[in-house]
Amino acid sequence: MSATWHDHLTEIIIFTLLFLLVSAMGFVAARWRAPRDMAHLDEWGLGGRSFGGWITWFLVGGDLYTAYTFVAVPALIFGAGAAGFFAVPYTIVIYPLVFLVLCRLWSVSHRHGFVTPADFVRSRFDSPILALLVAITGIVATMPYIALQLVGIEAVLKTMGVTGDSALARHLPIIIAFAILAAYTYQSGLRAPALIAFVKDSLIYVVILVAVVYLPHKLGGWGSIFDAADAKFQVTPAPGDGILLNANNQLQYVTLAFGSALALFLYPHSITGVLASRNRDVIKRNMSALPAYSLLLGLIALLGYMAIAAKVTPLPGAKAGSVDTNTIVPRLFDQQFPGWFAGITYAAIGIGALVPAAIMSIAAANLFTRNIYKEYVRRDATPAQEANVSKVTSLVVKVGAVACIVFLDPQFSIDLQLIGGVIILQTLPAVALGLYTRWFHRGALIAGWAAGMAMGMWMLYQVANPATGKKHFAGSAFPLSEFGFDTKKTIYVGIVAVLVNLAVAALLTLVLRAARVADGVDATTPDDYFADEGDARVTPGPDRGADSAREPVA
Amino acid sequence: MAAPEPEAPSPARSRATDRSPWNWLLFIPIVVPLIPAFFNADAPRIFGFPRFYWLQLVWILLGVSTTTLVYQLTKKRGDR
Repeated sequence: MSATWHDHLTEIIIFTLLFLLVSAMGFVAARWRAPRDMAHLDEWGLGGRSFGGWITWFLVGGDLYTAYTFVAVPALIFGAGAAGFFAVPYTIVIYPLVFLVLCRLWSVSHRHGFVTPADFVRSRFDSPILALLVAITGIVATMPYIALQLVGIEAVLKTMGVTGDSALARHLPIIIAFAILAAYTYQSGLRAPALIAFVKDSLIYVVILVAVVYLPHKLGGWGSIFDAADAKFQVTPAPGDGILLNANNQLQYVTLAFGSALALFLYPHSITGVLASRNRDVIKRNMSALPAYSLLLGLIALLGYMAIAAKVTPLPGAKAGSVDTNTIVPRLFDQQFPGWFAGITYAAIGIGALVPAAIMSIAAANLFTRNIYKEYVRRDATPAQEANVSKVTSLVVKVGAVACIVFLDPQFSIDLQLIGGVIILQTLPAVALGLYTRWFHRGALIAGWAAGMAMGMWMLYQVANPATGKKHFAGSAFPLSEFGFDTKKTIYVGIVAVLVNLAVAALLTLVLRAARVADGVDATTPDDYFADEGDARVTPGPDRGADSAREPVA
Repeated sequence: MAAPEPEAPSPARSRATDRSPWNWLLFIPIVVPLIPAFFNADAPRIFGFPRFYWLQLVWILLGVSTTTLVYQLTKKRGDR
């Protein structure tokens, strides 16, 4: 059972070589499209806001479709069948959904020099408290997401037999990998993941295209792959699995896809990728080009069924008696392909973890710097100081992520990530709707946020999974019977929570308006939402003096 | 790749909107992929793929063509 690393020597050598190659690229990236002065958050944290269509495509694609996705979605399909395919409609509806929204966000951020979504909320609603809530929500939602990228690498290392007896020995490769990542992110900022994304995505595309042509050929065609999966789900006792949806999980499937789509571009790392692009045109063209990754994701998801047809067994999990289904994709490649090709696959997954981890840590660091440090610690911070604080914070964030994986059960990170999707959705009224309307009162938005958070946490707490024996936080499918409906249908927690949020915000807005409670001053003008490259900026260059002059009272 | 625009001292008034009736088309690829009645079936199979899988992959093309169409139709107004 316990394969040792000797059997995987070719894979390990290829993995290590490719890993070292991208690490070198990460350090060189500081000189790529180098600015005159790197000591500015626009340069370190947003790559100079200068990325064109191709770079943005690779960067945002590498950012949204993470290593964890590539490992966990097929694992879900392997375990539950059709329900795991929600990732496909999710990544289809997202682009038409945000096609116009992101352009507005880009424009207003360009005019005002915003680096984070909380920067926008602060100016739009004249509320440092609301901005702080948005910033903290973003940081809390991003942290476990970074930790999950390590789960992706770990699945690969485990399959290669790179394990140890003590917790430290087992995690040493990950600690080294993240130390290198931290070092080049510190030096090169967003330019590092942008450059590495080229390698990562090219590798992934090649690997997957080969796999989806070769494996069905070897396993008797697509028809027999689906039939093998169908046969497996027929004999399992679980009622919810199968290669089609059943009457009870359709609502969950649709609301999870839609809710995840609403949440994705509220995540700080997605917004960082978008704000780094050069103009509105780049964003619009990317909304048409990014679905190429969705096709890739759909094919990757089906690797789960191929693993069933090939009778792949997952490696044992951390706890005795459990299995780690995240290892099925690495195991499939290990079993079906020669060592050198499996090595390339593993490198693709491993490097695939580095790109989003770098962008996420940059995004979290920017939130801390702009909306906590500059707001509450040092209001007169210079751009150079801002860049420095962000660089150091990005290190702290990565140490935190590694500590999560080394000292806590990885399941804890997965639970937190589940919660993260629900809580980031609670910033929707302030950030996404705020781009269109200032109708909501800032006080009502704060109350709505609190109500949505409370509702979401309560619902997640109620979700149990009898199969694994977990009583709380066992998933995002909330049984409607808990609300008193006589049904077995389930619904995605995030959707209900954000509806509660909106209802509270709307009602309270009416109340506060009627009571004539002060609502602050909107620092943006309607024109700001259509500004494009070359239009004058309200806060030109590094000096944000105009901003502080306009707001004499906090 | 558009050539860099000349430095505009103030935002042009003509561009100060992105309203267009064509934008309503964007609702099609948001709504259609979220209706399980369309795709939640095995037959007909294409290349061995049950309808559930091939039709949802086809929705990707629906999304791409809609966003491309809307982009092209709304791009020219006011010389961008």
